[in-house]
Amino acid sequence: MSEILLEIDGRQVEASPDMTVLQAAQKLGIKIPTLCHHEKLEPYGACRLCMVEVESRGSTKLVVSCVYPVENNLVVRTRSEKVDKVRKMILELLLAHAPDSRDLQRYAQEYGADKNRFEKEPSFCIHCGLCVRYCAEVKKKHAIGFIDRGTHREINFIQEIASKECWNCKECFPLCPTEALQAAYVLSGALVSSLPIFK
Amino acid sequence: MDMERVDQIIEKHNSEPSSLIQILLDIQSENRWLPKEALERISEKLQVPLTRIQQIATFYKAFSLVPKGRHGIHICMGTACHVRGAQRVLDTVEELTGIKPGETDADLKFSLETVNCLGCCALGPVMEIDGEIHGNMTPAETAETLKKYE
Ligand code: SF4
Ligand code: FES
Ligand code: FES
Repeated sequence: MSEILLEIDGRQVEASPDMTVLQAAQKLGIKIPTLCHHEKLEPYGACRLCMVEVESRGSTKLVVSCVYPVENNLVVRTRSEKVDKVRKMILELLLAHAPDSRDLQRYAQEYGADKNRFEKEPSFCIHCGLCVRYCAEVKKKHAIGFIDRGTHREINFIQEIASKECWNCKECFPLCPTEALQAAYVLSGALVSSLPIFK
Repeated sequence: MDMERVDQIIEKHNSEPSSLIQILLDIQSENRWLPKEALERISEKLQVPLTRIQQIATFYKAFSLVPKGRHGIHICMGTACHVRGAQRVLDTVEELTGIKPGETDADLKFSLETVNCLGCCALGPVMEIDGEIHGNMTPAETAETLKKYE
């Protein structure tokens, strides 16, 4: 496969054509903040925290680095005033939903995000999909999925599968950027009563 | 709903995973809701995870996972109907059926929903029951109309 040459934060890097900008940056040891990315899972592009600025054919734009494929002569900036501003806003919005998440708080400090900027609507889950995708893609159990949509979207365990598989696995818990609170909570609920949506 | 009928519907669509939504729609329109057993059956026959089916069944408003009434009432709360007194029509229906939007009564007679514009604003306020449009509704006419449904 022919290699692709691009520039990230002023440094040249060679990447294979199937790589994303995020992977190319990681190859250089450049850290881009991510919440919904996991190396064992297909790119998902849900949280948008990994946004970077790219310059190609004379124009600049913001792209989501974990789903953006590398391109020859691409110029990438992983930090800039614009990028930092977007990340700060995303963090402030997410913190309204999961104010106690340590991952979010750590990033918030780095980007000067104010966790009290927006009115709190704790829902714990920030819809990163890590738990759902890990269960489907890596474990192939499909014990957990999303139900409903928009702001009402939430995770939901399939009771029959969960009661067989989950207690011995629980591998999704540590993946959750909001410290698995929600996952643990919903799981125990699903095991004792019937599925919330089938009540 | 008996599972044989569910199987027939699945077979009509050649057990094609890509026909999932169509299968759900067929069951919904025949049965007025999607029982859990039916979803499990579809999952098994189509080899589609139940999580996926649930995600779709809860995403679209056309699907219901709880039993629905024999008659579906839609009250238009769109701008035109609103200024022409839709709230009074809704109040009347709520009072007579004892249910609020999104609910179904205990006898499974009516399910009530509100919508935003049915596309016939000149007839407002509009109430639609089982697809039939009732225009220029007054509270009295609303009560009369509801009486016609068994
Ligand atoms: S429960 Fe946690 S891991 Fe699962 S989607 Fe929500 S935030 Fe992500
Ligand atoms: S890590 Fe790229 S969108 Fe979440
Ligand atoms: S607003 Fe009711 S039909 Fe248009």
